[in-house]
Amino acid sequence: MAVKFELNGKQVSADVEPDTPLLWVIRDTFGLTGTKFGCGIAQCGACTVHLNGLTRRSCVTPVSQAEGGMVTTIEGLDGKEARAVQDAWVGIDVPQCGFCQSGQVMSATALLKEIPKPSDDNINQAMAGNICRCATYVRIRKAIHNAADTLEG
Amino acid sequence: MADQIFRADIPSTTADSGLSGTNPADTRRIDRAASTGLSRRSFLQGTAAAAASLVIGIHLPGKARAGAAASAAGESAAFAPNAFVRVAPDNTVTVIIKHIEFGQGPATGLSTLVAEELDADWGQMRAELAPADTEKYVNSLFGIQGTGGSTAMANSYEQMRKAGAAARAMLVQAAANRWRVNADEITVSKGTVSHGASGKSASFGDLASEAARLEVPADPALKSPDQFNLIGTRVRKLDTLDKTNGTQVFTQDLYPESMVTATILHPPQFGATVASLDDSKARRIKDVIDVKTVPAGVAVYANNTYAALKGRKALEVTWDASKAETRSTRQMEQDYSKAAQTPGLNARNDGDVEQALAKADRIIEAEYFFPFLAHAPMETLDAVMQFKDGKVTAWLGSQIQTLDVGALSSVFGVDKSSITLYTQYAGGSFGRRAQPGGEFAAEAAEVTKALGSDRPVKLMWTRENDIQGGRYRPLAIHKMRGGLDKDGNIIGWDQQIAVQSFMKGTAFESGMFEDGIDASAVEGSRAMPYGIANLRIGQHLMENGVSTLWWRSVEHTHNAYANETFLDELLEKAGKDPVEGRLALLGDKHPRHRGVLEKVAQMADAAGPVPSGRQRGVALHKSFGSFVAQIAEVSDNGNGEPRVHKVWCAVDCGVAVNPDVIAAQMEGGIGFGIGAVLYDAITLSEGGYVEQSNFDRYRSLRISEMPDVEVAVIQSTEAPTGVGEPGTPPSGPAVANAWRRLTGKSVYRLPLVPINV
Repeated sequence: MAVKFELNGKQVSADVEPDTPLLWVIRDTFGLTGTKFGCGIAQCGACTVHLNGLTRRSCVTPVSQAEGGMVTTIEGLDGKEARAVQDAWVGIDVPQCGFCQSGQVMSATALLKEIPKPSDDNINQAMAGNICRCATYVRIRKAIHNAADTLEG
Repeated sequence: MADQIFRADIPSTTADSGLSGTNPADTRRIDRAASTGLSRRSFLQGTAAAAASLVIGIHLPGKARAGAAASAAGESAAFAPNAFVRVAPDNTVTVIIKHIEFGQGPATGLSTLVAEELDADWGQMRAELAPADTEKYVNSLFGIQGTGGSTAMANSYEQMRKAGAAARAMLVQAAANRWRVNADEITVSKGTVSHGASGKSASFGDLASEAARLEVPADPALKSPDQFNLIGTRVRKLDTLDKTNGTQVFTQDLYPESMVTATILHPPQFGATVASLDDSKARRIKDVIDVKTVPAGVAVYANNTYAALKGRKALEVTWDASKAETRSTRQMEQDYSKAAQTPGLNARNDGDVEQALAKADRIIEAEYFFPFLAHAPMETLDAVMQFKDGKVTAWLGSQIQTLDVGALSSVFGVDKSSITLYTQYAGGSFGRRAQPGGEFAAEAAEVTKALGSDRPVKLMWTRENDIQGGRYRPLAIHKMRGGLDKDGNIIGWDQQIAVQSFMKGTAFESGMFEDGIDASAVEGSRAMPYGIANLRIGQHLMENGVSTLWWRSVEHTHNAYANETFLDELLEKAGKDPVEGRLALLGDKHPRHRGVLEKVAQMADAAGPVPSGRQRGVALHKSFGSFVAQIAEVSDNGNGEPRVHKVWCAVDCGVAVNPDVIAAQMEGGIGFGIGAVLYDAITLSEGGYVEQSNFDRYRSLRISEMPDVEVAVIQSTEAPTGVGEPGTPPSGPAVANAWRRLTGKSVYRLPLVPINV
């Protein structure tokens, strides 16, 4: 049975088993590979997407839960918070291996939409679900503050 | 890899495909940057428009002539051999990077060296990973093509500068010919070639095809350091943008036409094999196309990843454990501990330690336990391979290409000349992708071959495969005895290290072993710089069926920890200041050790007095040619566990090519080290079963646990050394020393926070 949802602003239909994790539909079916597989059990955050505006670990989200919903991946990420986050990331060269960074950017963008001027504690809470084995955390923290400053104007 | 420079005992062979680094599987890359508001570099356009490019290869001077690429038709646009630099008519300069990029920055660093000597504009620089080709891309410090031991910069510093200088000389000569002026009247600045008197100027791209016809200078002059414009400055990393907007392609992201996805189930004990298999349930899963038993386990093939994952779970396997390692880590610990009670083979033996200890006023003893550690890179091991018409094509985050190609050759039974290996950007390694026997490449090859199809096969490990898949940092026991005289001087130091060798039986054995000593196993301890007259380092090499491997900074991880915590404790017992005490022991023979230690002490002092409820700990260690000192500030988080607030770090790695990349590697190396020391262990239960399987029980440091880090890079004119690993060794002991000073508790057993099993 086909599952229908909006992916990065376009209506899509996926003829897959309904228990298929959204991650694999995004990657295998629709060819959007910016969203990564890291652990498969919602521990690392490399697969983070936005479902109806909220962060979701797509590796444990059955695609059936996206039925009728709006899914945004790193490829479709847009808006002033996203731009501020990505500019800040580039500004201080946050990534090292880069594999987790799509998920980091998705989480950071969602954070700034909710809390435009986050404290270190806010950042720790919002970003603790995103593992970076390269430990780029010092720069992630700084880039989020920088992005918040940009948004403030 | 090991601190000591070694050469692998492998005949230097070539897997020359005749192809450039152009990657056919990359053709699915699309520009997705529009929606991010960031403009994406025209990486592929540069390649496609590279007709009549200037290609410089420099290590066969005289013989080599710069090659002019004939056409731009994808991979058939074969560029000249020995290529490191490609100047395209569109004015991009592409540097072919022979060291794999998985976060440590060689793509940017090596490009900086070329751009410096070329006087290029940084905006025109591009980087591309070199394919497997030992002859062209040998790591001169290993004798084979490979990355590790933090050697990228040390190995390439002169070579890449010469590549850039040769290209510059040829562009200048091309301009001189065109303008009919003397070459020495021509200047180059930020990518523009100019002749002042006539006012003429041209871009590199303009001159590329003319320069391509010239002879490559054999020994182009290099700049002196005072002429550097880019080296020593922060340039933007070339891969940041793609890694911020999701367009960086990793092996996991390759989906060539008609690809099959494979997963694998490994035996639950090290050394076990398949006794019997019932795959009927797996085969009933929609889109599962086959199941095969391979040497490493059982492979499931499917038309999509989810089916391959479900198929793996549905396998019913009986395992034969008759040859398996069945000891628990507790039993191993007992075996190792027993060995460490007696003197082993001496790796170093100064003075007479037994006599000194017999005379000591006080003897302090400690036994340290270090667990197995997994690397757990974010991207699990993966590969795409195709065996078609007798030829093998592999896409792999290959860290030692020469050995991986050798493994592919054995498995597929084809000559190395029939193998093309495209090195992929990889999602971290920390040592995991550098395999002395090409083991993962061989496994992926077996899985590909077993399908008996010419379809490309992607083997993707699950996180469970990764955490339970071995190749761990070895388990180790250090038995320490230290003797103090009445004045608190350290008069004796005995350190017996029981650890398994992962060099033994590999291509690296002959290079790493001397008189029975594994230079890797004792690295860092044997080279301890402190002036202790009676000092003995003993080695006990233990047999173990669990596979082990170098793990970021290799055996410095346990050696630096034992050295620097035990020393700190001896100094404290002697009533000495940890910084002053170390400086006194260094004397005047170790200026670069002193330099970083004094610097880091100044940094911490400048931050003001230690806040109440906190303590600071220091550690100093040299690894891979680089000197690093750190001070960690730690409190109790309220649960009897450390919270690390801040780490100050001073590093001396010779010429600092890119201070910001160096700082980033210190930050990352510290986080990696602290995470392991605080939280991580791989443990085996009775029977030899790994008790962790994913990030839930093999914890990774998270942002909420990451200290603030401040890094100072020592100005130096010494030859540059590595930074990927040296930040890690001092981080654990600095934290443990702070914790001991805070709580009075020595940390002999890692991880510091006990794990729940």
